[in-house]
Amino acid sequence: MLIQERSRPGRRAPTQAPLQTPKLPDLPSHLCRTQRPALPEVSELEVMRHYTGLSQKNFSIDTHCYPLGSCTMKYNPRVCHALAMLPAFLSRHPLAPAEQGQGLLACLYELQEILKAVTGMDAVSLAPAAGAQGELAGVLMIRAYHRGRGESQRTEILIPDAAHGTNPASAAMAGFQVREIPTGPDGDVDLAALRSALGPKTAGIMLTNPSTLGVFERNIRAIAEAVHGAGGLLYYDGANLNGILGQVRPADMGFDIVHVNLHKTFATPHGGGGPGAGPVGVRAQLAPYLPVPLVERTADDGYRWLTESDRPQSIGRLTAFGGNIGILLRAYVYARLLGRQGLSRVAEFATLNANYLLARLRSAGFTLAYPTRRASHEFILTLKPEARAFGVSTADVAKRLLDYGYHAPTTYFPLLVPECLLIEPTETESKQTLDGLAEALIAIRRECVENPELLHNAPHHLPVSRLDEVHAARQLDLAWRPTVGEGSHG
Amino acid sequence: MPFIPHTPEEIIEMLATIGVSSIEELFDEIPAELRLKGLAGVPEALSELEVTQLMQARARADQPLINFIGAGAYEHHIPAVVWQLASRGEFYSAYTPYQAEASQGTLQVLYEFQSMMVALTGLDAANASLYDGASALAEAVLMAVRANRQTRSDQILIPRALHPAYRRVVRTLTEPQGIELIEIPYDRKTGQTQVEALAATGIEECAAVVINQPNFFGVLEEVDALTDWAHAHQALVIAVVNPLSLALLKPPGEWGNRGADIACGEAQPLGMPLSSGGPYAGFMCCKLGHVRQLPGRIAGRTIDRAGRSGFTLTLQAREQHIRRGKATSNICTNQGLMVTAATIYLALLGAEGLARVAAACCANTSLLAERLSAIPGVGPCFTGPCFHERVLHLPVAVPVVLETLAAEGILGGFDLNPDYPELGAAILVCATELRTPEEIERYAQCLQAILASQS
Repeated sequence: MLIQERSRPGRRAPTQAPLQTPKLPDLPSHLCRTQRPALPEVSELEVMRHYTGLSQKNFSIDTHCYPLGSCTMKYNPRVCHALAMLPAFLSRHPLAPAEQGQGLLACLYELQEILKAVTGMDAVSLAPAAGAQGELAGVLMIRAYHRGRGESQRTEILIPDAAHGTNPASAAMAGFQVREIPTGPDGDVDLAALRSALGPKTAGIMLTNPSTLGVFERNIRAIAEAVHGAGGLLYYDGANLNGILGQVRPADMGFDIVHVNLHKTFATPHGGGGPGAGPVGVRAQLAPYLPVPLVERTADDGYRWLTESDRPQSIGRLTAFGGNIGILLRAYVYARLLGRQGLSRVAEFATLNANYLLARLRSAGFTLAYPTRRASHEFILTLKPEARAFGVSTADVAKRLLDYGYHAPTTYFPLLVPECLLIEPTETESKQTLDGLAEALIAIRRECVENPELLHNAPHHLPVSRLDEVHAARQLDLAWRPTVGEGSHG
Repeated sequence: MPFIPHTPEEIIEMLATIGVSSIEELFDEIPAELRLKGLAGVPEALSELEVTQLMQARARADQPLINFIGAGAYEHHIPAVVWQLASRGEFYSAYTPYQAEASQGTLQVLYEFQSMMVALTGLDAANASLYDGASALAEAVLMAVRANRQTRSDQILIPRALHPAYRRVVRTLTEPQGIELIEIPYDRKTGQTQVEALAATGIEECAAVVINQPNFFGVLEEVDALTDWAHAHQALVIAVVNPLSLALLKPPGEWGNRGADIACGEAQPLGMPLSSGGPYAGFMCCKLGHVRQLPGRIAGRTIDRAGRSGFTLTLQAREQHIRRGKATSNICTNQGLMVTAATIYLALLGAEGLARVAAACCANTSLLAERLSAIPGVGPCFTGPCFHERVLHLPVAVPVVLETLAAEGILGGFDLNPDYPELGAAILVCATELRTPEEIERYAQCLQAILASQS
């Protein structure tokens, strides 16, 4: 039942608003609404029960193992939340003077420094509100850089076919043409195809490493040399930074620009789809183009915001204020808790967990997409043999896994591997949980043989059975509306 | 090891299962010359107690001032229920509802949120959020250029009386696609954007007209006339609105003869703390005919195999993970948790509660403006009707006044001079329902004393 359907005219949560009805402001009547908006009229207890009940219909990291590939669903430490929610941080207005935000700015400045250290970059801006906005900032900087050198004919961005959809979408938003580069049979970028695509139009390349195929791009130095040789720049998509944190830095691989998904690598919450944060780091020659605002340490050991007037070459502002500050604070607390050794251990145990799970599944007969390669922090199974032999799809297996109490891995991505599952357990899962996940997948594989119907009709134990996405798109129902008479007149 | 559960015995077992002798060996495909020897530059780990002490000390350094600024971020009372519920792990630590059957909680919240935004704006459909109000407007501009089939124009009329930061963000995000922003001046007497100013551009048709209600100065625009002018010039109308104001003001879907085509704005007033600027949430609504051009996630109601009602993400063919370079936007992660808070806030307040909050803000700002205007040399800049913000002119330069007020614990307003030099010494003030008559009186007395000492 919707909260709107629980509504009863005249029922209220009256203490939530000012008690006295103030004199209605003297607004011109032709600018005012004549009918009250159809918002619910419910008590506070009904709100509590309704949304508590809804929350219980969710899988989440706190309730379930959530091995969603390329999303890094690791535990979100609660102290990060508690400290970001300290009243002084919450109640500070974005336009308050910097003198009244020195504590906050110190945290943000130090977070910039920590991100410089883990990426190897020379300068960092925390402004982008999510990974995709970080990507957009990155390609806008590529554009600004070439224009600054009088090379505005560089209109092409190269993107491997395995890339996240946000990469080509961000490049297109920045006005670039996208050229797709194929992947070789072993999962590395096809170097010959890349070389032949390079030329005077090349603005840069966007790469994820480890790639979305769950392997480390071994030719990265050769790629960097080729792209730089053609006058292009290298953009590092930080979606998979968790797999190499503290082990190898994007700058050392030859990248010029990175974005970091704090909601992945730095354990800030995914929140049912955000808010995230996607800080960008760059080499020194690109620093003038970073999005504003940035935090600077002043000569007297204080901190201040750098804005448009301080940074005339900046690509500009991406959100009205400073981005998702509360998320940045959570990431800062996480980095301080883990420290330099803890951050390096993240990649070690994320990689250990992925390779352990892979080994267990391989020995149980599952097919690996890249069997000759070492897995990074994630890996791909292809269910093509099962699909062919038993008529079950990856979606069937994914839905059945929900019945076993595990969130499904990423399905049908990357697009170039048919019937694939992209599995990323993260470092915070225990061996027992991984064993449980492996056993669930093995049991489901047995069900493929014995009772494929069970899979076709999965899930069986969730609040709803399989939902009809085609119906959703054809019979669009995007908002509840009051039936006639329910909208109250104000 | 913080947050890593492995025992030494388990590590040995796991390595044996993999068939390697050390964790180090798992990185053997990374060229050796690239391997890092430790993260110099990152401090040593702190315990939870130590990091708590550190953050508490930092928070103490940021003791809040009595806030009389709005300017795009508004301090309202947030009922205790809002973040008690939104902080539940099942909301906080879930992700984008890709597996609909395991995400019915998040999906229903999104559907309820969309329904509430549709009710407030009077339009047909809403998305599940964008990053913030400014980036939502930029997306609305890109959407309008795609959706407007009556003209091939890439020109957008955008009022000067729109938040300066919004104008900057729109420029950042639309300039690469060749979109031309034409600034429409405001009337110096009323503070309104007038139809005559639109007509004075000499433009015969354009892709969209942006209408901000209330505008950045807190002044109410004549939205009907502006909307009709836009539609007569083949333009779509993009409404930029404060959702709180829609408790009282005419919904964009009813503006003019045909209504606005797209409405967007900042959902922060609906239960989100100020937090120095974020995380907030942008919202966007539109007429049904444009829904396939709407950017971002959209939740829809559907049925399951048993015919029961349920929710799923829908119209995904618009999105980057399907359409890649031809998607309506690159947005992936949005502001789901903030939307959860906004939905709970609106459920608690209802139409009556929201109208009371809006009315209280209007009343407090009126009181503040009257009280400050009684001080010699201080007075309103504009004659147009206002919502819950006012522009006041001061007899002396603004920065020193605001600095002195800050030293007294008062955040006295937003200095308009850097963005609007034509206004001279002017501030934008706001008193939400949180401000008490005593705080308003204290502000007035401080300002009076400062101005007296300056003269």
